[in-house]
Amino acid sequence: MTYIAKPRLHHPSLTRNKVGYTRRDYEGRISTLCAGCGHDSISAAIVQACWELDIEPHRVAKLSGIGCSSKTPDYFLGASHGFNTVHGRMPSVLTGANLANRELIYLGVSGDGDSASIGLGQFANAMRRGVRMAYIVENNGVYGLTKGQFSATADRGSKSKKGAVNHDSPIDLVGLALQLGATYVARGFSGDKDQLVPLIKGALGHGGAAFVDVISPCVAFNNHSGSTKSYDYVRQHNEAVSRIDFMPTREEITAEYEPGELIEVEQHDGSILRLRKLDHEYDPTKRYAALNTMHERHERGEIVTGLLYVDPLSLDLHAGLNTSHQPLNALGPTELCPGGATLAKINAALR
Amino acid sequence: MKRIESINEFVIKFANVNGSGSASANELFAKAVLRMGVPVSPRNIFPSNIQGLPTWYEVRVSEQGWLGRRGGIDMMVAMNPQTWDADIAEIEPGGYLFYDSTRPIPESKFRPDVHVIGVPLTEISNANYRDARQRQLFKNIIYVGALSVLLGVEPEVFQKLFAEQYKGKELLLESNMKALHMGRHWIEQNLPDRSIGLRVRRANNVGDRIFTDGNSAAALGCVYGGATVAAWYPITPSSSLPEAFQSYCEKLRIDPATGQRRFAIIQAEDEIASIGIVVGAGWNGARAFTATSGPGVSLMTEFIGLAYFAEIPVVIIDVQRGGPSTGMPTRTQQSDLLACAYASHGDTKHVLLIPEDPHECFDHAAAALDLAERLQTVVFVMTDLDIGMNQRLTQPFEWDESRAYDRGKVMSAAELDEGRDFGRYKDVDGDGIPWRTLPGTHPTKGAYFTRGTTRDPYARYSEKGPDYMYNMERLIKKFRTAADLVPAPVERRARAATRLGVIYFGSTSPAMAEAFHLLEEDGVHLDGLRLRAFPFSDAVRAFIDSHEQVFVVEQNRDAQMHTMLVTELEIDPARLTKVLHYDGTPITARFISKAIRERLPERLRRPSEHKDREAA
Repeated sequence: MTYIAKPRLHHPSLTRNKVGYTRRDYEGRISTLCAGCGHDSISAAIVQACWELDIEPHRVAKLSGIGCSSKTPDYFLGASHGFNTVHGRMPSVLTGANLANRELIYLGVSGDGDSASIGLGQFANAMRRGVRMAYIVENNGVYGLTKGQFSATADRGSKSKKGAVNHDSPIDLVGLALQLGATYVARGFSGDKDQLVPLIKGALGHGGAAFVDVISPCVAFNNHSGSTKSYDYVRQHNEAVSRIDFMPTREEITAEYEPGELIEVEQHDGSILRLRKLDHEYDPTKRYAALNTMHERHERGEIVTGLLYVDPLSLDLHAGLNTSHQPLNALGPTELCPGGATLAKINAALR
Repeated sequence: MKRIESINEFVIKFANVNGSGSASANELFAKAVLRMGVPVSPRNIFPSNIQGLPTWYEVRVSEQGWLGRRGGIDMMVAMNPQTWDADIAEIEPGGYLFYDSTRPIPESKFRPDVHVIGVPLTEISNANYRDARQRQLFKNIIYVGALSVLLGVEPEVFQKLFAEQYKGKELLLESNMKALHMGRHWIEQNLPDRSIGLRVRRANNVGDRIFTDGNSAAALGCVYGGATVAAWYPITPSSSLPEAFQSYCEKLRIDPATGQRRFAIIQAEDEIASIGIVVGAGWNGARAFTATSGPGVSLMTEFIGLAYFAEIPVVIIDVQRGGPSTGMPTRTQQSDLLACAYASHGDTKHVLLIPEDPHECFDHAAAALDLAERLQTVVFVMTDLDIGMNQRLTQPFEWDESRAYDRGKVMSAAELDEGRDFGRYKDVDGDGIPWRTLPGTHPTKGAYFTRGTTRDPYARYSEKGPDYMYNMERLIKKFRTAADLVPAPVERRARAATRLGVIYFGSTSPAMAEAFHLLEEDGVHLDGLRLRAFPFSDAVRAFIDSHEQVFVVEQNRDAQMHTMLVTELEIDPARLTKVLHYDGTPITARFISKAIRERLPERLRRPSEHKDREAA
């Protein structure tokens, strides 16, 4: 953790985005996590993504569960409302918040214990309901705040710092998200910001349930040689199927690419996901292809990263419910209360 | 043989098989009596089952207007061979047995002190209908027809009811009237004198009251009260509440210009997700509620603590049933009081509103939505199966057109711009209630981080003792503020001066009203105080202080309200006498009056002129 607070005063030369904010305006309080924690890199990636997307900070609502990862929303977007809820239940609270005001951008931050262990049911149901949100799991395979117990994403055979070996099968949240109907599924690595920032941007701009699993090594409890979620292990086994660039609108392609290596995916709001395919066989708009690739690579001991699946025109929960475009929390008695004359009719029908 | 003779004051019970379509026929019967201007109070007694198990429908006919369960059965409509023996045994001596005489039943199966009316219902039905389902359904209408002749209910009343029910489906109207007349005709032909001692005589004692159930009424209260988000998980006896909310919203909450919905209802994966959705919506400024029963409340308790501590408006409607565990899912109790009043870990206290009938279910549901936002906390509406799932004659719903929604202390962008100090957990008005902001309000001011952990008045994380104490003391101050905002208790003065008092609440109300009458006839006078909310207002203490002995009548084993009164008001437990009913059936006037008589001080005790046969 950093003990020295950076001065709040902004240097006048700091670059401002289209809505007039500097990158510093997207920061939060000083992190209380361990020095070198992967989660802090993810917070930095979120700051970068929001700044680049020209999102006004106060139009984001950031929600989390309980755990190291869930503490992080205090460390970015200080001008946004945040809600550190209860363990494993961020998805339901975010669902309710989203129903109340569909105009905000919803960022859900969770961990592997929070989403794969105690909160597996809520994770699953938020995905299948298509709640419009960027759901980021900061995945380190371990319980940090309670000092080093395995979580449900720990690989079978991986060793804890105390020497215990995990015998249980790991839950792959990416695989689950794909099966459950998430319409944007990605995996990143906290140590690869260049890949991670566009993945988060794509998720924030997505029209439905977007899930980003970020492998985030725990320097205190899970960064040793027996761990499959250490910096070294992930660096050695990281296999990116794609790199994406997120474009707010269609822009001219300037970089040089081999033919057939680049595909563009337009999302419902007109934003473009420009995918550089690293694997020629891979088609990120096919759900089954994503599942196949994941299983194949998993057999080879590889960790697949990149944008694994996207349904660019997906609809969200509000579309399914046909809720009014005006946010529900902005409606007053005129819109909500049927009034006395109607009540008199209801009374009459009950006699 | 003795014969019960009564005009407009009797109890008739229908014993049926679940899933046989009897429910609508029985309801038709109850409504017909109502249309004769005679108050009725029906109760479903049903199993946790969809088809095959026994189910009963008990209708109390009472021109005097007693709506509680009386106890005792004057006429049994025995349509279920499985429960025949128990059903027959329940009939009062001199009462009546109505049964399907198609198949012969041995003499030994009847009681010599009960009058028997056998009608070959199956035979009539089978002779007229070929389809098995039709035979079953119309058999029910045939017995209603037969009963209507025996009891003197006018056929025109049915004609009108069918016409309302089958508006636009004239074929159904005709076929139902035909079946009704089959029953009427059989009695007229075969029992020409057809007089029994029970009669329904046209009266004018229903007034403008409406006939509805508490769950629908609470749902309508949520519509009027401005709830836009509802999240729930199916559980008896509350499921019909969110379903009614859905159906009312589909009629009353559609944007006429766009066809879009001004509401969102989620049937969640469990009660934990339901309350989570409500917490999220409340945090974000939408009025939200969930409806559940005891087991659901148990699952919600962690979130209830969060909402209490983080100060988020939440409304939970608890339609109570028999516990603990799965308990008696289809029976009634008032046994979640402690579980709700003190739900969650740590020091917590919650506001409870306690409606007595569907009219108050409507009022309290709407009031709960206001109070939750005014107080920024969890508000429970404590109804129960007896109120929730039975149709009850109740005062018509009322809504003051000038009524605005009380959104509580929500600081606007303009107020923040004016430079008003915003401390999310700071008591600036002296009532313990802080100000809040909604997400997205202002680009640079008013954002805060909501959490269940300790924080200072400006919502900054803090583990300092004084910060924690400030917060906990403020929450208790807020709870005291609540005592003056919740519905006040209703006092009923006895006709003669008395040192005896009785405290009661919720669905006990109609039985208590009748018990006052029974006791008064015996010269026992009691002042009454009907609680309508927790925390208790000063009026509750004043009532207890001004009486020598106070009975506390409740429908649970452990005297939960008694415990709350003793604890919260620091009252000597000996001052309060427990009257407890908890067998899962609704409490009766006979039970209450007997229990009170038995617990009277020696000098006031004297033999009763009334029988307390049913009271156990």
